[in-house]
Amino acid sequence: MENSLLTIVTFLPLAGAVLLLTLPKDNFKLIRVLALVIATTTFLLSLFLFFYFDVLTPRMQFEQLATWIPSLGANYHVGIDGISLFLVLLTTFLTPITVLSSFNSVDRHAKEYFICMLLLETGMLGVFVALDLFLFYVFWEVMLVPMYFLIGVWGGERRIYAAVKFFLYTMAGSVLMLVAIIALYFFNGGTTFDFSTILSNLQTGRLTLTATEQSWLFLAFFVAFAIKVPLFPLHTWLPDAHVEAPTAGSVILAGVLLKMGTYGMVRFCLPLFPEATLEWAPWVNLLAIIGIIYGALVAMVQPDIKKLVAYSSVSHLGFVVLGIFCFNQQGIEGAIYQMLNHGISTGALFLIVGMIYDRRHTRLIEEFGGLATPLPVFSTFFMVVTLSSMGLPLLNGFVGEFLILLGAFKANVTYTVLAASGIILSAVYMLWMYQRVVFGKVKHERNKVLPDLSLREKLILVPITLLIIWMGVYSQSFLRKMDSSVNELLRSFQSTAVVFKK
Amino acid sequence: MPENIAFEIQQILPDVILCFFGVFILLAGPFVGKAKQSSLGILGLAGIVAASLATANLVGNDGTYFTGMIIVDHFSIFFRFTFLLISGLTILSSLDYLRRQNINLSEYHSLILFATVGMNLMAASNELIMVFLGLETLSISSYILLGVKRTDPKSNESALKYFLLGSFSSAFLLYGIALAYGATKTTNLELIAKHILSGSADMRLVYIAMGLMFVGFGFKVATAPFHVWTPDVYEGAPTPVTAFMSVGPKAAGFAIFFRVFLVAFPTTYEKWLVLAWASAVLTMTLGNVVAIVQNNIKRMLAYSSIAHAGYILVAFVSGRDDGVAAVLFYTLAYALMNIGAFTIVALISRENEQKISIDDYSGIGFKQPLLAGSLSLFLLSLAGIPLTAGFAGKFFIFRAAIESHFIWLAVVGVINSVVSVYYYLRIIVIMYMKELPEDYVPVSISPGVAVVLWLATFGILQLGIYPDFVISLAQGSVLNHH
Repeated sequence: MENSLLTIVTFLPLAGAVLLLTLPKDNFKLIRVLALVIATTTFLLSLFLFFYFDVLTPRMQFEQLATWIPSLGANYHVGIDGISLFLVLLTTFLTPITVLSSFNSVDRHAKEYFICMLLLETGMLGVFVALDLFLFYVFWEVMLVPMYFLIGVWGGERRIYAAVKFFLYTMAGSVLMLVAIIALYFFNGGTTFDFSTILSNLQTGRLTLTATEQSWLFLAFFVAFAIKVPLFPLHTWLPDAHVEAPTAGSVILAGVLLKMGTYGMVRFCLPLFPEATLEWAPWVNLLAIIGIIYGALVAMVQPDIKKLVAYSSVSHLGFVVLGIFCFNQQGIEGAIYQMLNHGISTGALFLIVGMIYDRRHTRLIEEFGGLATPLPVFSTFFMVVTLSSMGLPLLNGFVGEFLILLGAFKANVTYTVLAASGIILSAVYMLWMYQRVVFGKVKHERNKVLPDLSLREKLILVPITLLIIWMGVYSQSFLRKMDSSVNELLRSFQSTAVVFKK
Repeated sequence: MPENIAFEIQQILPDVILCFFGVFILLAGPFVGKAKQSSLGILGLAGIVAASLATANLVGNDGTYFTGMIIVDHFSIFFRFTFLLISGLTILSSLDYLRRQNINLSEYHSLILFATVGMNLMAASNELIMVFLGLETLSISSYILLGVKRTDPKSNESALKYFLLGSFSSAFLLYGIALAYGATKTTNLELIAKHILSGSADMRLVYIAMGLMFVGFGFKVATAPFHVWTPDVYEGAPTPVTAFMSVGPKAAGFAIFFRVFLVAFPTTYEKWLVLAWASAVLTMTLGNVVAIVQNNIKRMLAYSSIAHAGYILVAFVSGRDDGVAAVLFYTLAYALMNIGAFTIVALISRENEQKISIDDYSGIGFKQPLLAGSLSLFLLSLAGIPLTAGFAGKFFIFRAAIESHFIWLAVVGVINSVVSVYYYLRIIVIMYMKELPEDYVPVSISPGVAVVLWLATFGILQLGIYPDFVISLAQGSVLNHH
């Protein structure tokens, strides 16, 4: 059981999707309940990963290895460490919530919709658990297909444009990564795609890459990840995809998909190409900081709440990248923490936007105002999430941003000052938006009669809010589990870096 | 020696069987009523099954036969199986099509069998004359197949165009063969290589011969700049024949392309490498870019088939055993996905092939889930999305290119496959994201078509998820060359 737990968690949604496929199309209630049951079971099973996780070892845990394509050297190799554990949990946590949130908002082809959601979950989990470069690439690409359908079929007005743009952008980045993966495979003797093997060959000097080779490989990997993050100036697919996707799609997109990019940087770029990473770090940080400020400024002027949240993602993810490229423990742990925060807070923001969209069929800020009177419960949840997204102390966002800034300060003071201005800007656009939507008099007659949150909607928001507070008050229960993996990552990274500096 | 002759004939037994069935179908045709024409197709399938068994029997008989004309090796056996699969699927998907289009020609099925004989002999030829004989057997059969819709001017145009350009390219090839013979005094591939290696050949003539053959083969496999005939021919032909043409003759063309160049001209590698990579880049890019603007799905798939020929050329450039194995794998994968896609195109096109515009696929995604689902899989596979045969095939090709340090060529290749994603996705977009017209009449899937779709789907997933079995076979089927 212990060995295959990770496999079960990863493929349970796929099995569920196959099960849904066999159900009759018109039994909508059964389909959605079954989808929820499958997603919730996956989450509950993934909790075992959390509780049985050994905090002391930096090694991979729950590892499973099986031969897959021996003539190629590609294996089925999965496992998690302190870095990927929480991203797996984030995925399994958000999926049932998004399934629940789509109970009433999917008006057509519900069966196919829930199948796509479950397939997407398997794809995302696969990306986080894969320890074989070939397997990783397969998950990375395959995951695009259900997401593409989610945006393209169930999305808004310009959904087709957004779906195609999303697909092409991501694909363009990842094919170059594929070339780099194959090249790395041949540098290593052309026998295995196993990440751990290649990594240990690099660290023991059995495999050496020249500076030029490292640089090219780094860039190929990095661009694929940067498009996914998305790092300025590769971010233009994101507002389109976010705005046009259905609520659940936006939540998954912001909550999990973007993290695949930053996860890839931590997992692959840093350990595999330490020298190139150091060499390119100033440029990466520059882009990250531009992204932080640019995203915040553009978010400020958006008339559409969903677009505002979308641009805020560019800004928040800039922080994550900055944290990673500080190369110290605070920075990287902050970055991982911030990935989770952003997944939860931004996911929640999209859910909230979806809730008022279900009521009013508009997302324009000017269409609202004074919602606190007709929708008190809604407004309360909205406030907690807004504050968390801005990074108010005692809520989750603060911990991540603080750690990142701490890490950045150690690395470069100028970065920190510039990045900190992003926090101020985020307070401006979030609070201003919240004020215009919730406070004041009720501007539009129709808003006076809107119903407050239903039980289902409360069920969606309560777990998120609890998590927001827990992660803000007692971050140690999460950070503790990252420590040894991050330490190990940095130890091997710095030993190479020292050589490089000489 | 009588038993010796019997043993030699055994080496071409699959072709003998196919010829026998082909002639038998021709003779039986007039005695079979219009309503029972499909029984002739079943007979053709029986011939293919019998030929497959005879082909399996060839394993282990490695060597040359008929005074060096015919070679039995794993390379040829692998290709033989691919061809038999292609022909079997073509006949299966044609049964329904011929009935609906009211084409009652018993010759149809025999011509497919004769074309298969041609392809088989091409793959098994060890000799330039044999190459030419196989090629002509194939070509003459396909000239007639393309024009099988006698009353349709487009089909006539297609047949005539292919005939003219095909004859032209045959002339190029023949001229090349003549010069190679002039330079080395032999048409045997291994002896040509021997003469070149020993320095007794006139190299100027050899280079010209290689250039002419490159042009001749380039025409047959539709690589740029010799691809111009493809869209018109593919568009006008009856759709199952288009499916057949886009995979069968193309695969056979590549089989001799590889055999002739790698076996007969091994050391002159460097000289034609520039030619090959330039043609690869041009073919991929041109095919993909022009496919983007097509609104006729048959033309779009025609340009896509040009692009795929370009990917195969990338493997050719790598010139390694891994490249040859990749091509064996790729032609099989490509056959499955392209025949699958064209089968659905034939189905959707209705009577007289009226609905072949991309817009005719609007909204069928949720109306005809099996049809649209399998077409989506075929298109994703053509686009090279992981877990499909198309991805595995491209992966092996680019891997071979990178192994030979043609990283830049692999980069051009992968960028091209991103471009191709655009037009393949376009059909999926239209199927799932556009509205269904109100007067849409669902098409029914006949058993023959269902078998083709299930086989193609199964094959694509099998090759995509667990390619090890086939790629191991392919790796064991590379050419023996210097």
